Amino acid sequence: MSVKPKPYSIFSLARNALNYHQGWQKAWRNAEPKRDYEVVIVGGGGHGLATAYYLAKECGIRDVAVVEKGWLGGGNTGRNTTIVRSNYLWDESAGLYEHAMKLWEGLSTDLNYNVMFSQRGLLHLAHSVHDMQEIGRRGNAIYLNGIDSEFVTSQQVKEMVPFINLDCRYPVHGALLQKRGGTARHDAVAWGYARAADNLGVDIIQNCEVTGFQVEDSTVKGVETTRGRIGAKKVGCVVAGHCSVLAEMAGFRLPIESFPLQALVSEPVKPIIDCVVMSGAIHAYISQSDKGELVIGAGSDAYLSYSQRGGFDIIEHTVGPIIELYPIFSRLKMLRQWGGVVDVTVDRSPLISKTPVKNLFFNCGWGTGGFKATPGSGHVFAHSIKTGDMHPIAEPFSINRFNTGALIDEGAAAAVAH
Amino acid sequence: MLLIKCPWCGYRDQSEFSAQGEAHIARPVNPHELSEEQWGDYLFFRKNPKGVHYERWVHSHGCRRWFNVIRNTATDHIHATYRPDEPVPEFSDEETDQPA
Repeated sequence: MSVKPKPYSIFSLARNALNYHQGWQKAWRNAEPKRDYEVVIVGGGGHGLATAYYLAKECGIRDVAVVEKGWLGGGNTGRNTTIVRSNYLWDESAGLYEHAMKLWEGLSTDLNYNVMFSQRGLLHLAHSVHDMQEIGRRGNAIYLNGIDSEFVTSQQVKEMVPFINLDCRYPVHGALLQKRGGTARHDAVAWGYARAADNLGVDIIQNCEVTGFQVEDSTVKGVETTRGRIGAKKVGCVVAGHCSVLAEMAGFRLPIESFPLQALVSEPVKPIIDCVVMSGAIHAYISQSDKGELVIGAGSDAYLSYSQRGGFDIIEHTVGPIIELYPIFSRLKMLRQWGGVVDVTVDRSPLISKTPVKNLFFNCGWGTGGFKATPGSGHVFAHSIKTGDMHPIAEPFSINRFNTGALIDEGAAAAVAH
Repeated sequence: MLLIKCPWCGYRDQSEFSAQGEAHIARPVNPHELSEEQWGDYLFFRKNPKGVHYERWVHSHGCRRWFNVIRNTATDHIHATYRPDEPVPEFSDEETDQPA
């Protein structure tokens, strides 16, 4: 049916260069939906594609379809600020995000696709005595979980970011540094997983929106889509902002509310900042893309909305602290601004869970910071779907925790003010 | 930014208000008799609809009074606002609560 895909290498690059790059294969097939699959993954973002990839690669399930209502990585995967870190407070989160970090570290090789993962170091600034106490507690907790975490003084911050204004309205007292933190190219993550999953036989079906679930005896039997019914023994929903909409189709509610979250990038400039700097207290985080744009993450709007547009006042509240911390950026022009819909839980931790419908699994609630977890999330979700029992790392993130009270409160580590 | 009609103060910028989530959730009269499922459901589980949403807002930087808003979360159009002691108003899909 399909031509055996050729791996990317220095030789294929040279060969195609001689051919004016006319000879490259398409990275994945444009599959037509079959009548039935063993597993259907709803949502073709990073997490969904990663789930499909690990199902095919590690769980021996290649009869998998990924259905996506728009285009691959067109949701939050292509809208985030590309930051990767694992410096979370609680043991459960450390397990999950560090699992992801370890997969990030070998991901380009594993996928045979350069996801441009760059461990450039990530600073979390502290602006007050209380901030210092918070990073003290969190930094030591992270360290005890075997994750790299260093305390740096404001002078060391100045050495890393020479143009920072330490003596601003909320002076910088110190920072928490995760040297293994950094950024990755978000689109490449979606494309890399899509190509690798496709190579293993996964059908990727774009422009195919799920409009309902076929449920018999409280067991899912398939999904209704804009391209017809697709039968499935198991269904995994990885749809971020729209998870409540899908849950309603399946007949239950989630402990989630969806909010707009914005980001913006500046015009490209020469390399000026070689790490990621974030500040939860005044809500300013910034990094520089390989194209030279400064990537700035804004806060979320406080009201529920699916509009994929945030308020202008949020941008003002974001740019203000950036200029205060980095006066040198005051005359930069902003090139683009956009919004996504983030699915926020009360405890700022995700849901990776079974649902009241048998064989229907949900992976959502990543809120404002899901990109960093993409490989780990897909990995544990794939194993959970395969066995029908939640992977030990995913177990604490069940929907049930909102009934038992075993919340995983990551409000302080979440970085985005809500 | 939204333009919101406070039932007491009239149209004001959204920055004067705070959004407070889904409206018309009654606190159970007998919390100690509820199961974990019922209590968790009351505290944390929400409709989170894409479409018409009944929600509470408070005029934090104005009269500081609470009221309800009917807003479409897909378009951000506000259909109506009403006081807590008023009945839920009827509205049509086209109607938008904006100053003339």
